[in-house]
Amino acid sequence: MYLLDLGRFSKAHSSKTDMSKIVKLKKGFDIKLVGKANQELADFAPAQTFAIKPTDFIGLQRPKVLVNEGDTVKAGTPIMFDKAMDQVIYASPVSGEVVEIKRGEKRKLLEIKILADQTVSHEDLGKADLASLDREALVAKIASSGVWPNIIQRPYGIVANPADTPKAIFISGFDTHPLAPDYGFALQGEEKYFQAGIDALAKMTTGKVHLNVDGSTSTPAVFANVKNAEINKFSGPHPAGNVGVQIHHIDPINKGEIAWTISPYGVVQIGKLLLEGVYDSSKLVALTGSELTKAAYIKTYTGACVSTFVKGNLNSGHVRVVSGNVLTGEKISLDGFIGFYHSQITVIPEGDYYEFLGWALPSKRLSFHRALGLLSFLNPNKEHVMDSNARGEERAFVQTGVFESVTPMDILPVYLLKAIMAEDFDEMEELGIYEIVEEDLALCEFVDVSKHPVQQMVRKGIELIQYS
Amino acid sequence: MKFLRDLMDKQKPLFQKGGKLENLYYLFEAGETFLFSPNHTTGIKGAQVKDAIDLKRMMITVVIAMIPCLLFGMYNTGHQHLLATGGTTGLWENFGEKLGTGALLVLPIVLVAYAAGGLVEAIFAVVRKHPINEGFLVTGMLIPLVVPATTPLWQVALATVFAVVIAKEVFGGTGMNVLNVAMTARAFLYFAYPAQISGDQVWTYLGDAAAVDGFSGATALSVAYTAGVEGTQTVVQALAAHNSVLGADLFSFTNMFIGWIPGSIGETSTLMALVGALILVATGVASWKIIVSGFAGAYIMGTVMNLFAVNEYMAMPPQYHWVMGGLAFGIVFMATDPVSAAQTETGKWIYGLLIGFLTVIIRVTNPAYPEGIMLAVLFMNVFAPLIDYYVVKANKTRRLQRATV
Repeated sequence: MYLLDLGRFSKAHSSKTDMSKIVKLKKGFDIKLVGKANQELADFAPAQTFAIKPTDFIGLQRPKVLVNEGDTVKAGTPIMFDKAMDQVIYASPVSGEVVEIKRGEKRKLLEIKILADQTVSHEDLGKADLASLDREALVAKIASSGVWPNIIQRPYGIVANPADTPKAIFISGFDTHPLAPDYGFALQGEEKYFQAGIDALAKMTTGKVHLNVDGSTSTPAVFANVKNAEINKFSGPHPAGNVGVQIHHIDPINKGEIAWTISPYGVVQIGKLLLEGVYDSSKLVALTGSELTKAAYIKTYTGACVSTFVKGNLNSGHVRVVSGNVLTGEKISLDGFIGFYHSQITVIPEGDYYEFLGWALPSKRLSFHRALGLLSFLNPNKEHVMDSNARGEERAFVQTGVFESVTPMDILPVYLLKAIMAEDFDEMEELGIYEIVEEDLALCEFVDVSKHPVQQMVRKGIELIQYS
Repeated sequence: MKFLRDLMDKQKPLFQKGGKLENLYYLFEAGETFLFSPNHTTGIKGAQVKDAIDLKRMMITVVIAMIPCLLFGMYNTGHQHLLATGGTTGLWENFGEKLGTGALLVLPIVLVAYAAGGLVEAIFAVVRKHPINEGFLVTGMLIPLVVPATTPLWQVALATVFAVVIAKEVFGGTGMNVLNVAMTARAFLYFAYPAQISGDQVWTYLGDAAAVDGFSGATALSVAYTAGVEGTQTVVQALAAHNSVLGADLFSFTNMFIGWIPGSIGETSTLMALVGALILVATGVASWKIIVSGFAGAYIMGTVMNLFAVNEYMAMPPQYHWVMGGLAFGIVFMATDPVSAAQTETGKWIYGLLIGFLTVIIRVTNPAYPEGIMLAVLFMNVFAPLIDYYVVKANKTRRLQRATV
């Protein structure tokens, strides 16, 4: 396979025009699936319950709930904070009644559920004129509004600390994950808020705000005329749209440095906070996957219950609902809630079946590999239906060179993972643990012959370093 | 298949925790997963879908790539037998008889290797409580291909057991081993029972028949080495003159390339090794970098020898190294073993190149071992981590320099 794909191993090309960068990536793999969301709004009944799931916020240490069951809240009412970082408020995405505070083993906080009003009313958080706010006041305003958790710190991929000043802020303007939402469609009409969000972010860093857009298509309107940010162009297969990969090629993170990342959805929310004085978590969520009868966008709020979009919209009975995409997402139930950072759900067939001689017979299933009987490479543009079968059992690392060919960074994934397994802190640092989070090596987990839980391992390594 | 599945489901509780045969769980599991890909699903968080590949499929690809060598080896075993006993000289005459003779000699070796190795795997799986390693699918086929057809079966069994235990299981199984398992088996035979795996008498099966007058069972490598020592004619002349009773062109370049020569079962045919290489490279299972650099290394060292030639062997045209002995087979199937080879992409170039270098150096300068590929691969297996160490270090240095700029 390598002979035909020499380019995959060549170094990424990058060139500078003015200050912005154009980066063409060769390594990676696009997982093409059936069930892309049509660019239209579906008219399903609106979600009635919404939930904040503390488990969505990686690095959240000691969550403290500020509301009780039965309380009424507005969108933007504080409902939780982390005792380890108490400036940051987690707020209700909608107005309504707190109906359940769900706890698990050892009273671990799992979900705070809110039954939404018919029309959502917002806390008045006060409009703000950016020019009159100093950095400190701006940070405090965002931190107390509920919008802040959108800002993620690298290294570690945790909710940013308002006390830090990042060396730069990075925004990926396109998502290359399987069936990912099209930001051009999902954020249309949000230009004003997006620009206001960028202006605010520019004030919070000593360095630059980098907006990285897809270099292979025309830039969507929402990003086209953005000022106050460096616009870099990235092209190539997934994970070209991963902000971690982009950081690696623009201004990599070294030990001791801090950068922030934020999704365009989060930028818009900052803009709305400043221009309208509200925590407005409304967004277009992409309903995707082969098992949905109607794959389209739905307008809802952060943390929506998926049942009204999914039940009655299924074309088969035995499915897995995933909050997010199939590479990095999380399995939820038919009554589950969309994760805080997700703007997509994917519904695929559940794969809990046996297959006679499944390892030997020719297969049309999607594979990055070309070993005996794996024929999907012959038809690279075909969209596949993929189920959740694990396709084999976990084994020791055997094959080499494959992780490298789906990781467009100067990082040696297998050595890094082995350092994590050995809990070798120096080695982890030297091999670049500060530059990655789970999603950056998600493709390794997908292509792995030995079926390692790569993303889980990455998080374990990050936590070892973070709490050492 | 429903019937089989039902049978499996019915027996399964016996082997699970608390069942009567729970100690044998991994044996059951091996059989079950061989028949049916398991119904496991992906975890709650992370990749929800997985690539269609698994280790079994990858390993079986290697086995398939070896089949051309195996079939050719069987036929050639019969062919060499008839040549030596004066039965025939035409390549395709007595086709059935040759294939039959070869199969009768080769298949028992394959069966014994799989049985002995499989037994060791099973014992370790049960005692150490780990799944049976698919790596053995490949090892069990490789070992028969690198021994002469005349090897006693008990030696095959012993070598397989030794290699699987000492080269693999003591390190923790497939993926943890330092040395290539099949090469270790061959090295074991070489040092433990040299009489049955070296010299001129072991490469051609004679059976009860007497060899034709003037027959010598020498391999091309030993002819070349002898020519180098004697120095009365060039190696190419010596090869052409050798064993004329078996036909004038026994050791012609073409014949050696195709593989109609005496040698270990699967190693004689460079052509078939290249067919295997094509399969392995096209499927991406083996690294083309190791294969290309291995052949290149042998050629370069052969050329260097030419430049400083003090005897006829050193002056031999370097491309002869490609077709003599087991170089091609060793580079294609042994050097590319992903576990024991260098694991970094840059490291693979260096690793392959050095295997080529070493093979030729050992062949030409070492009086004790006419074949160099076995020791070259084992030697570089040991050095592969060192090569990788420096490649990884370069990666770390780049990261460190970036931070301080």
